[in-house]
Amino acid sequence: MKGKVEADHGRLVSPRRAAVYWRRLRLQPVALAGTFIFFLFLVIALLGPLIAPYDYAAQDATQRLQSPSLGHWMGTDNFGRDVFSRVLVGARDVFYLGGIGTLLAAVVGTSLGLLAGYVGRLWDEAIMRVLDVLLAFPALLLAMVLLATAGPSDLNLILVIAVLYIPMFARIARSMVLDLRTREFIEAARLRGEKRSYILFREMLPNALPPLLVEASIRFAYSIFLVASLGFLGLGVPPPNPDWGRQVNEARTFFDAAPWMLLFPAAAISLLVIGTSLMADGLRHVFGPPVARGSR
Amino acid sequence: MTGFILRRLGFVILTVLLSSVLVFGATHVLPGDVATMILGREASEQAKDSLRQELGLDRSLVVQYGSWLSDLARGDWGTSLSTGEDVRGVTLERLSNSAMLALVAFFMYVPLGIFLGVIAAWRRNSYIDQVISAGSLAFVGLPEFVTAVLLIAVFSRALHWFPSSSAIAPGTGFFSALPSLILPGLTVSLTSLAYVVRMTRAGTAEVLETDYVRTARLKGLSAGNVLFRHVLRNSLLPTVTVIAAGVGWLIGGLIVTESVFGYPGLGRLVLFAVQRRDLPLIQATTMVIVTIFALANLAADIMYALLNPRIRYR
Amino acid sequence: MAAVPGHVTTPGRMGGPGQLVAPTFKTERLSVVYLTEQGPLRAVRGVSLSVAAGETMGVVGESGSGKTTLALGAIGYLPANGRVESGTSRLAGVDLAGRPRRELRHVWGSKVGLVSQNPQAALNPTLTIGRQMDEMGRRHLSLGRRAAREASLAMLERVAMPDPQAVASRYPHQLSGGMLQRCALAMALLTHPAVLILDEPTTGLDVTSQATILDLLDDLKAQFHTAILYITHNLGVVARVCDRIAVMYAGEISEEATAPDLFAQPLHPYTANLLRCVPRLGGQGTQERLATIPGSLPQMGDLPSGCVFAPRCPLAVEDCRAARPPLVEANAGRKTACLRWQILRSEEGRQTALQLDLRAAAPLTLSAVPRAPAGPPRVRDGSSSPPGTLVAMPQDLLTVEDAAKECPGPRPRSTVKAVDGTTLSVGAQQTFGLVGESGSGKTTLARIVAGLTRPTRGHVHLEGTPLGPSVSGRDPSVLRRLQMVFQSPETSLNPRQTAGQAVMRPLVLLAGLERREAGQRARELLEAVRLPASYFDRYPGELSGGEKQRVAIARAFAAGPDLVICDEPVSSLDVSVQGALMNLIGDLQDGAGTSYLFISHDLAAVQHLSHFIGVMYLGALMEMGDAARVLASPYHPYTEALLSAVPVPDPTSRDHRMRLRGSPPSSAETPSGCRFHPRCPRFQGDLCRDQAPPWRLSDGGVIARDAATPATADAAAAAAEHAICCHIPLHDLAALQEAGRR
Ligand code: SF4
Ligand code: SF4
Repeated sequence: MKGKVEADHGRLVSPRRAAVYWRRLRLQPVALAGTFIFFLFLVIALLGPLIAPYDYAAQDATQRLQSPSLGHWMGTDNFGRDVFSRVLVGARDVFYLGGIGTLLAAVVGTSLGLLAGYVGRLWDEAIMRVLDVLLAFPALLLAMVLLATAGPSDLNLILVIAVLYIPMFARIARSMVLDLRTREFIEAARLRGEKRSYILFREMLPNALPPLLVEASIRFAYSIFLVASLGFLGLGVPPPNPDWGRQVNEARTFFDAAPWMLLFPAAAISLLVIGTSLMADGLRHVFGPPVARGSR
Repeated sequence: MTGFILRRLGFVILTVLLSSVLVFGATHVLPGDVATMILGREASEQAKDSLRQELGLDRSLVVQYGSWLSDLARGDWGTSLSTGEDVRGVTLERLSNSAMLALVAFFMYVPLGIFLGVIAAWRRNSYIDQVISAGSLAFVGLPEFVTAVLLIAVFSRALHWFPSSSAIAPGTGFFSALPSLILPGLTVSLTSLAYVVRMTRAGTAEVLETDYVRTARLKGLSAGNVLFRHVLRNSLLPTVTVIAAGVGWLIGGLIVTESVFGYPGLGRLVLFAVQRRDLPLIQATTMVIVTIFALANLAADIMYALLNPRIRYR
Repeated sequence: MAAVPGHVTTPGRMGGPGQLVAPTFKTERLSVVYLTEQGPLRAVRGVSLSVAAGETMGVVGESGSGKTTLALGAIGYLPANGRVESGTSRLAGVDLAGRPRRELRHVWGSKVGLVSQNPQAALNPTLTIGRQMDEMGRRHLSLGRRAAREASLAMLERVAMPDPQAVASRYPHQLSGGMLQRCALAMALLTHPAVLILDEPTTGLDVTSQATILDLLDDLKAQFHTAILYITHNLGVVARVCDRIAVMYAGEISEEATAPDLFAQPLHPYTANLLRCVPRLGGQGTQERLATIPGSLPQMGDLPSGCVFAPRCPLAVEDCRAARPPLVEANAGRKTACLRWQILRSEEGRQTALQLDLRAAAPLTLSAVPRAPAGPPRVRDGSSSPPGTLVAMPQDLLTVEDAAKECPGPRPRSTVKAVDGTTLSVGAQQTFGLVGESGSGKTTLARIVAGLTRPTRGHVHLEGTPLGPSVSGRDPSVLRRLQMVFQSPETSLNPRQTAGQAVMRPLVLLAGLERREAGQRARELLEAVRLPASYFDRYPGELSGGEKQRVAIARAFAAGPDLVICDEPVSSLDVSVQGALMNLIGDLQDGAGTSYLFISHDLAAVQHLSHFIGVMYLGALMEMGDAARVLASPYHPYTEALLSAVPVPDPTSRDHRMRLRGSPPSSAETPSGCRFHPRCPRFQGDLCRDQAPPWRLSDGGVIARDAATPATADAAAAAAEHAICCHIPLHDLAALQEAGRR
């Protein structure tokens, strides 16, 4: 029955939107678990230093390479530092760098995409061509080249993440605009003489938010991956900070003697990336079309 | 069709050119003085000045870019600042090593990924789909350096099947290098495999929902006929593009993997260049990678057009 | 495979008392359930149907009535979450319901054929038509490659494909919808199946293509002796092709009868109302009230305990709600599921069952909104019109002069003339109806008037004041006077804004009201379009299609416009909702004195609402004038073809066949001379091919196209009571058409 209005079947979603989203999320246990993991790590990132049993940088020569125990849940490393505390505090960096970087990319990328899509013509060409160039590089390579010249620092890492992901957000925002601008409610808005800014931000943006939110969570997962890889390669946050990627790299030498040094930070990275991806996947369904397709 | 290919080719050239501006800009305009970078902070002003002159850094940026680009195009890629070797020689040699590794990985993950993705889609929501889908998600989340370390722990330390280091000697042939290629190849494959599986599953599941697949089923065709003649023909079209886009992942994976296994490929060379801030080396390796990436996308576009009658007949 | 021509014993209509032929295909108490997030949905409940060989059974229902589910469930094809809960479905004695797919594969394609809606989607885009057809022969007839292709070509020939060889080597995207549907029919019939299921096969096609497909079906029915199950929402189509008809409502059959019986005397209140929801060609125009069925289809998850139609039924009594009325034999050969069907046997009884939504005693006023002051009266400039040929028109509100729009074509440097120099005018408080098939440029013309599409040439005037070519350049006071109602209710409201917000916005922006005042008036407006006040805070996702369209109408009327452009405002709605909407559109005009530019492909809808009608073909007007005169002889040959293509919901109507040649124009190239000549059934040879035809006025005046500039000729025609653009003189046309009817 495509193309025909489904009389009153829209009623299936009559409860308010948020309630609908929540109900849909609850129906997907896997996505729910991912969301839980994401928020667990978020809490850890916010509280990390407060709940860590030890100072993450405190060395203790008497406690080197201890296996996991009640005193050190995840054991200690080659300097006698508490691995558990280092993993907890490491979460902070991930959210700080990846989170702010992704957010920055989302804001700038979305604005550029909206502009390109709505103003069109030369602006569109110019903006999208430049952004395409960023997409011509494998992400890790571009990050390395930029960091090599700018030097590793928190701010530079954030900027690099933002630069890497701006094109994705811009593309999505732009395609949303191109799709929406032919919709009749946008034409109705033009027919009553709405300003361009009103159409962009009040009519279009709210409709573009769900896919942008999904994209943001995917990008955040990738940024964790990226920060960890850079850390592993020695190009991430400089030493005193307990970067997960660098922890894994340093732990390789001691793998036979103290595998926990490597396994716990590695597990933290994987768990957070997987959790966030599952959440993103679930969000896609949650925001999806209102009624299940193909039921008739 | 020819017009289409020419247009795409022009697009590739434009992309590579614009990328060269970015590469040049990143290595020259961003904060940091090149001479200081090369010689270190302790070097005397005089030494830096003479180096600047030698490198032509006193000329205007546009002129520098022009001469750099024409040198690059003519095959004069300069000498490495840290080793003094000819950049072109090193880069091309490492490139062929990486190509061997990438090839091994490619043949591992592309067929397997398509296979698993199609199975998962064909048996949507079944037990096997859930295993494949969850598994692929897990592997997407597993960084290469973690996979690499774990694979080494199992297959080389515990089982002694493969060497833990893949530091092959220069000029090693493909078959003698093969044992050293398996573990790094597997490492790179796992992440990319997951990516291909997910994309193939999504594309195939979408096609399975279409009216024309319903028509094919209601024609009473056998499952095999429906799958091979009607579903895959359409669902693998986007997969071609996806695989090309995945080359970016593959290259990123190579950088990490090669450094874990000590494999003398292009990825490790990039890392080396970046760590040493070896400008000519960074520039050359980056441009090579960008060009390969662009060509992969071009190949995908052409394949897509060849397989799709809606583009073919225009 | 029993379709030897000549073997046909029972062609045409049959059934009635004492059916002799044993049914080929028979469902008995079939129930289908979908397992969904919201729990089980019983989409089809206890349906018994039978179709005999050579018979065509129509299943009519609105969207959501379960008619497609019934068909697919009956042949054992359901989506993964669907099950046949109970009942049987027998094809030549073998039960198909609930069998594993492995076994059904030998039945599908060979004994059961299916043709579905939208052939463009139903055929594989990456395979040629020939290869897709060959599969049938190879799989079911065990033919080799060569023989299969021959069978395919022969079959294409039988569905009257002009060049089978060429068609077989085409990909679906290279053929038009009508051609593709013929290929799909050929493919389904290739194995001479015992049952053919046609699921809305002509929905989405233009009326002229639909007519050729229906003609073809007539021929094939006689040749193949197949049992046909024809599923559609279109009452005109069932009347045209079906022998017997079952009406479905909310997953159950509410009535079953032979086609003549059903249309002559419906015995279920739902059918009775449904037949009066859409205007008929030749009806009484704007004076006629259409039936409306209040409320909406019950949710499948929450059905009333008694009669499923009770909540919407004007005849409902206590008994109806107590238990589900069974489908009982009313008269011989017909069944109804209504307890009170006896009432409907008399004419008076039927009148009480009809819900004609009588005009409100006081006209619907939108007095809450101050109307824009009318412009100064204008004297018509008669200088461009030859004296004596023109009839005075009501003062023009809108005039469009020589509007044209060229767009870049499919090939590089080619152009498509979407609108090619059109002139028309709309009088105050009048409705100008613009009819045409897809590609006629009617929507483009509407968008030019609205300022959404910038014309390449021509002008639009509102009461003599020129309007800018684009909305962005138009003054707010002009925007306020000219609003639009769009086709798709799904996209015409912003899903993230409530109905109240949507209606308030133009009040604030164009009428300059305060927010509080605007809120108050928005509520009044919602009431004026007959929506409860509680809908103010609803989001579009919570409204049905008809309700959304009402909100869109309220929004268009909010700032008190003088002219509202309606672009197919009801065509995507369900039949039972269309009537109410069209009544509303008419009432609003009476109350608010608005003019309409009403655009539709549906001649009956245009006739129902319009005072003036223009018929468009390939970017230009072919005929225009007073509504009654356009729809009476003499017609323009294209208008005549359109009229004869419309299926009338009356099986007894004698069908005057006049079909267009060739396939719909690609509009990439406008034909020389008369643009209609490649398809014109009254083609006059070289004259038509080489020379642009003149406008012929009803009073005998002729305005040659090439004598004056087209703009003035068109302007003169636009002002006339009736004008036809054709080489054939009017009285000759009238004579030809009179002869054709006899
Ligand atoms: S049974 Fe009652 S409620 Fe149902 S249609 Fe008949 S009169 Fe109406
Ligand atoms: S001018 Fe000729 S081709 Fe055109 S409509 Fe009249 S008869 Fe037909």
